[in-house]
Amino acid sequence: MVKSNSFGRRVQFLAIFFSFVFLAVGSGPNSAQAADDSKFTVGVVTFLSGGAAGPFGVPSKNAADLVIETLNEGKMPAPYDSKGIAGMTIEAEVVDEAGGGTKQVGEYRNLVQRKNVDAVIGYISSGDCLAIAPVAEEMQALTIFFDCGTPRIFEENSYKYVFRTGLTATIDSVAAARYILDQKPDLKTVAGINQNYAWGHDSWNDFEASIKVLKPDVEVVTEQFPKIYAGQYGAEISALMLKDPEVIHSSFWGGDMEGLVLQGSARGLFEGRTGILTTGETAMFRLASEMPEGTVLGARGPFGVYAPSNDLNDWLRTEYTKRYDTPPTYPAYKMTQAILGLKSAVEKAAKGKEGKPSTEEIIAAFENLEFEAPSGTVRMSLGKGHQAIQEMVYGQFTNEGGKPGVKNVKRYPAECVNPPDGITSVEWIQKGLKQTECK
Amino acid sequence: MDTLLVILVDGIVYSSWLFLVAAGLTLVYGVMKILNMAHGSMYAIGAYSAASFVGWYFSADYVPWASYFFFIGCALAGGVIAGLLVERGVLRLMYGSDEVVMILVTYGVLLILEDVTKLIWGVDAYFAYQPYGLLGRTKVMGITFANYDLYLIGVSVTVGALMWYGLNRTRNGKMLRAVIHDREISMAMGINVTRTFIITFVLGSALGALAGGLTAPALSVVPGIGIEIIILAFAVVVIGGLGSVEGAAVGAILVGISRAIAVHTFPEIELFVIYGVMALVLSVRPRGLFVTATARKI
Repeated sequence: MVKSNSFGRRVQFLAIFFSFVFLAVGSGPNSAQAADDSKFTVGVVTFLSGGAAGPFGVPSKNAADLVIETLNEGKMPAPYDSKGIAGMTIEAEVVDEAGGGTKQVGEYRNLVQRKNVDAVIGYISSGDCLAIAPVAEEMQALTIFFDCGTPRIFEENSYKYVFRTGLTATIDSVAAARYILDQKPDLKTVAGINQNYAWGHDSWNDFEASIKVLKPDVEVVTEQFPKIYAGQYGAEISALMLKDPEVIHSSFWGGDMEGLVLQGSARGLFEGRTGILTTGETAMFRLASEMPEGTVLGARGPFGVYAPSNDLNDWLRTEYTKRYDTPPTYPAYKMTQAILGLKSAVEKAAKGKEGKPSTEEIIAAFENLEFEAPSGTVRMSLGKGHQAIQEMVYGQFTNEGGKPGVKNVKRYPAECVNPPDGITSVEWIQKGLKQTECK
Repeated sequence: MDTLLVILVDGIVYSSWLFLVAAGLTLVYGVMKILNMAHGSMYAIGAYSAASFVGWYFSADYVPWASYFFFIGCALAGGVIAGLLVERGVLRLMYGSDEVVMILVTYGVLLILEDVTKLIWGVDAYFAYQPYGLLGRTKVMGITFANYDLYLIGVSVTVGALMWYGLNRTRNGKMLRAVIHDREISMAMGINVTRTFIITFVLGSALGALAGGLTAPALSVVPGIGIEIIILAFAVVVIGGLGSVEGAAVGAILVGISRAIAVHTFPEIELFVIYGVMALVLSVRPRGLFVTATARKI
């Protein structure tokens, strides 16, 4: 009797165990993919913690929430007024980008293999993009980088499954050099203060090389490279003041940039010297009273205050401000751009067909695509049709009448600030920024 | 000559800030033999408390000058409350554990408090810049300095002097030093070691929060500022000798001046200099500059 009960319990246990295994396998990637053509699942990866969360991660996450919700309701302005993506409801799986490349590769595999997303949109850090791109290729998963800036992604490799709807960092520096020389044709001295890691060094090297090419007699009086997140820039500010350059270039971002503005303004660093903050647009509203008048602000593309007037931009500015009580800054624009790029590609691939288009079909549609965004027309022209180009814009901060804005805005056509396809940014700058149209 | 003077001022300003950050860390180690990784969290809590208060205070249009007392008070209050909670809630349960275990415990507390600050204050930046510009500027050899930074030198010297006086010239300080020297004998002599530990940890936490609060006006207060600071504070106290207040002061001056020289002359080695100084000191005096040889107990 005892034996029989024990045997029965084992059978019961095995039955339950295999039921779970069956359910687990049954709910795995393949069955889900086969089951649901009414949903299009997107992994959204952005910083939700750490120093990059406030200036970049949160605005981009907010934009993703707003845009996905509005697309699902079919309330976006034309040409995005159809519901969802090709009629499918968009579902987002949001992941925190904090933790570094190794962690992100794990998170990415989880999104693709367990969550079975149809596409991944994400990545602010260039290090994360460089780590994710080969993995995306290996896993054959459609991946759209929305913000990271390193040009190395498509200059050093050729990827089939990876796209970038955001612009490269090269254009920030090239356009900054062109802008400052347009404003100050007699420029004699420049200095730089940039973070001591790849982003800071690359930005400064591109800016310095572009300045030297465009006006060889400009002297670099000092180059400062404080540690990322250093917070205190007292000695660097003194060094800059002692060398007294006409122009101070900085690609500082987030809290570091805001700290430099606060400490620099309090000490008069920008009085009689023009600061160029290539990511400064993210702080122009939050630090309006402290941002020095005339500081050159970049938004890493025609985003934020530099976005052209169109229905999509009007919609984004109005709805974002209404919901989050602050105007959208460039990370919000770039996330919106990535989602709209994906929608355009999927709908192009789905045209005249039934059901969800395959990844291969979406890729074919995405390559060399031109689509509209709040920032204007986006052309996937570089990296064999995988890298977006757009015009680049710079202007100078003004707080006249207590209303933060920009003046002396100058727009540079995409070809004027991007290398031709097949040439690396460094080569292009070193060879004199040739083959460009800057009319 | 001009550059030398500017380097000196930059170095002393940075040193004073470093000392404020490191003072609490070295005090807690000296008395409790706990290398408190959560000290960075106290710094962050102080910065957030001060920034929140300043934001509210200036939006309410009160007398600007009074803000200094209140925002410093807010930072200290934040540090005292957090210190008390950590000591009573976690550390007292772990006393007697190995020093390495205590490092891991306080590291765990640091991570927990990082999330707690995010839960309370979110991930958006907080600004408290009004008190920074309110004190005006001073020109030294043609270079403008914010008076706020120069006054911090005075605050730092005052904190250091009070700590020295408290430890060396008061009855409670003598009791504290007795605990540092030999915990068991101190208990046998009737010193309430538990109370000493609570007071020390809360004081150390308050000092960390004070540093954060005083730094907040010059910064964008964002998640992660506490983690960044702990490595720097650790380098300073290791140079001076763990547990030595005088050592922390000298360590801060060495690091501050060396860094200022590097920034003005060889900016590319600025980061290396801090840890280069640490490596150099430790290669000559492995236990730091101010730790004297102690007799081995049998």
